[in-house]
Amino acid sequence: MTTLTASASAGAIAPARRASRASVAGTFISRSLLHTLRTPDALIMAIALPTMLMLLFTFVFGGAIEPGGSYVNYVVPGIILLCAGFGAASTAVDVANDMTEGIIDRFRTMPIHAASVITGHVVASLVRNLVATAIVIAVAVLVGFRPTGSPLDWVAMFALVAAYILAITYLFAAIGLAASSPEAASGYGFFLMFLPYLSSAFVPVDTMPEWLQWVADNQPLTPIIETIRGLLLGTEIGSSGWLAIGWCGFILVVAVTLTRILFRAKAGRR
Amino acid sequence: MSTAIALAGLTKTFGDQPVLDRLDLDVATGSVLALLGPNGAGKTTTIGILSTLIAPDAGTATVCGFDVIRDADAVRGLISVTGQSSAVDGVLTGRENLRMMGRLGGLPRRVARARADELLERFSLDAAADKRVSTYSGGMRRKLDLAISLIGTPPVVFLDEPTTGLDTRSRQSLWDEIRTLTGAGTTVLLTTQYLEEADRLADRIAVLEHGAIAAEGTPAELKARVGSEVLALRGADDEPLLEVPTDGTLEGLRAALRAIPEDAVGTVALRSPSLDDVFLAVTGSPVTRELVDQKG
Repeated sequence: MTTLTASASAGAIAPARRASRASVAGTFISRSLLHTLRTPDALIMAIALPTMLMLLFTFVFGGAIEPGGSYVNYVVPGIILLCAGFGAASTAVDVANDMTEGIIDRFRTMPIHAASVITGHVVASLVRNLVATAIVIAVAVLVGFRPTGSPLDWVAMFALVAAYILAITYLFAAIGLAASSPEAASGYGFFLMFLPYLSSAFVPVDTMPEWLQWVADNQPLTPIIETIRGLLLGTEIGSSGWLAIGWCGFILVVAVTLTRILFRAKAGRR
Repeated sequence: MSTAIALAGLTKTFGDQPVLDRLDLDVATGSVLALLGPNGAGKTTTIGILSTLIAPDAGTATVCGFDVIRDADAVRGLISVTGQSSAVDGVLTGRENLRMMGRLGGLPRRVARARADELLERFSLDAAADKRVSTYSGGMRRKLDLAISLIGTPPVVFLDEPTTGLDTRSRQSLWDEIRTLTGAGTTVLLTTQYLEEADRLADRIAVLEHGAIAAEGTPAELKARVGSEVLALRGADDEPLLEVPTDGTLEGLRAALRAIPEDAVGTVALRSPSLDDVFLAVTGSPVTRELVDQKG
């Protein structure tokens, strides 16, 4: 680095040692985790809402949908994704908050990779949502969910859920960057919440009208849900596994690229 | 004397609004330069360009020899900035804010902690150190903002109207801190609407008007341009009626007295010219004074 020699020749005091990229990311991650702990609304939303929906579907609609009483087994995989969606949505608001407040300008004038501030929010969302997922599954077991998967199946399930959380969180981060205010960010994110209802999450796809079946069969959530269902309950996975991984990877690549472009546009030089 | 900050032909237009118009300015290493000007003169834009946030349309800006466009990352390693809008994290406490920024600035954990405690005390924030910043008053936020800027030991510090909204005691502690910095060789570029501040802190003052330097010099040099004394006439309610600069001679005083209308009534006094007078003399705009009064 020529920095030190130049400042020394200018007779000024030496600049501080640069923070490593890992240290910067670590600092931003602990910042976002502190934010999560200090504003528990997001965590409560991520846990309470899916839990209530699960109880609603199991005890209120469940009897009508599947009179045998085992509807809870059918609905849990969908609820897990619903939970991840709710939990990740607050990332859009967190990101929009940072971008509209003066703090982003301070980060931009520091010798750091300023986009790491987004990484912090994404990692915090991942941690928050994995905790929420575990809690939702625990409540599900209490109300009759009887998974049959092996420990390896569970690991694979959590890995897939983590990939899905990561992908959808980055998508929400991009929404947060594109939104003009935290309120708008929260509004734009809403439509993503509807995707689980148009999938095999609550009812089998073949009970839907034909045109809707096409939508449900070809949207990313159906193969992910079918894969989780297969891993936890031993149903047929078939091509769903690869489709699920493919969709998560595709969404992640698109969302990360979008986040980078939008961050540069928003936090670049004016 | 080497140059820490060099601006040459700096030009910036926002839409069809010209903000900087071929601005030239040099700041010597280890000195304090106060950029003085009315609102809209281009002070904040100048700081924005120097702190790598705004791209100029034309001209160059360098910090310690590094170009703010080509060597932006090197520049960021040398500067610290306090802008006009609050750049603190409201969810975190004051102490956490300082530690976080210290870590981001490359301080080892232990040093960041020690430096945070030191600055909290110096800016009288220790009582609120562990409260969330969202509960802070405007003045406390401002102090924290400034403390954050000083957590590293940056060779170059930019302060955009640093003491706006601060009480006398905090203003004094900030001034002390700035003097400590320059003692250690730090270069400071600050903008201010407080003329007293520029007079007390700055080695040189540059008066900015319509995006270019209208006058530049030491506080003494600028004062000399107005004359060595000012004859001030005040009305019955102590309101200023007329101010006439004089050269300190008897002849000059007679001439000044003759400039006062025959029918004028009030009290007169001779005083040293303030930077306020300098400001009016070089920019020649009475609007400026109103703006200063509103802000102050």
